[in-house]
Amino acid sequence: MIQAIAFYLFAAVVIVSGALTISSRNPVHSVMWLILAFFNAAGLMILVGAEFIAMLLVIVYVGAVAVLFLFVVMMMDIDFAQLRTDVARYAAIGGALGVALAVEIMIAASAWSAGRIELSRRAAPIDATKPNIEALGELIYTRYLFLFEAAGFVLLVAMIGAIVLTHRERAGTRSQKVSRQVARRPQDATRNVKPAIGQGVEL
Amino acid sequence: MIGVVHYLVVSAILFTLGCAGIFLNRKNLIVILMAIELILLSVNINLVAFSAALGDLVGQVFSMFVLTVAAGEAAIGLAILVIYYRGRGTIATDDVNRMKG
Repeated sequence: MIQAIAFYLFAAVVIVSGALTISSRNPVHSVMWLILAFFNAAGLMILVGAEFIAMLLVIVYVGAVAVLFLFVVMMMDIDFAQLRTDVARYAAIGGALGVALAVEIMIAASAWSAGRIELSRRAAPIDATKPNIEALGELIYTRYLFLFEAAGFVLLVAMIGAIVLTHRERAGTRSQKVSRQVARRPQDATRNVKPAIGQGVEL
Repeated sequence: MIGVVHYLVVSAILFTLGCAGIFLNRKNLIVILMAIELILLSVNINLVAFSAALGDLVGQVFSMFVLTVAAGEAAIGLAILVIYYRGRGTIATDDVNRMKG
């Protein structure tokens, strides 16, 4: 009973906040609704016992991706109201496409529930005695190790790509020149003087 | 009793909202990227629901890979957005026609 209540709560909030993400006027509000959607999707995943994915969703999506979106939205000085002028023009076709897609997917889901597909064998059966994170870790670091490393490589490439794309040389900045610092010798830079009393040093 | 079909319906609605969001906000590139994130989130819900329903952990492993790709896509997409904005001072998709695509 409590699971059903939790499910309907999370599902309703996910759907409502998803709708508000795509329909709110201010992109900052859009990002906030997106964060709410992510949190409640994480709740949905906890309900079926996928704690690791739920935590990943909160940490990666809310902590990194949504904050990245917020940064970019706030960095740009754009008249967002002007970008929404012809929503009405696309509302009809967008709504029709959305309804058609939703109906199709629900038909597919109900067809699946009528006679479920029995896979001949499970690739990695869930062991009820093991915690989700432990089981997932054993799978990731053994059978899917290369895929896991490939995923890390994708992230590395994305990071380097983002830095290379957004980096720019500004005129007038004084960056550190390591080679010059290393090449500098004490005898070129300093000298010993013995000034007479009351005369000071000429620099 | 909550079954896998409930999860599939939620993820279907979320997927549809994402697709409709791309159409509704055709001019605003940032909201289009957010709609893509919604679509990927619905795919993740689907994978996790089937993983739980079939008793197979591989769905969750692949859900993690989807998450990785989504993070990379957001980073690269927003980087392109930033340099585009720097060069043109706008992010309206109607103006992105320099390559005549």
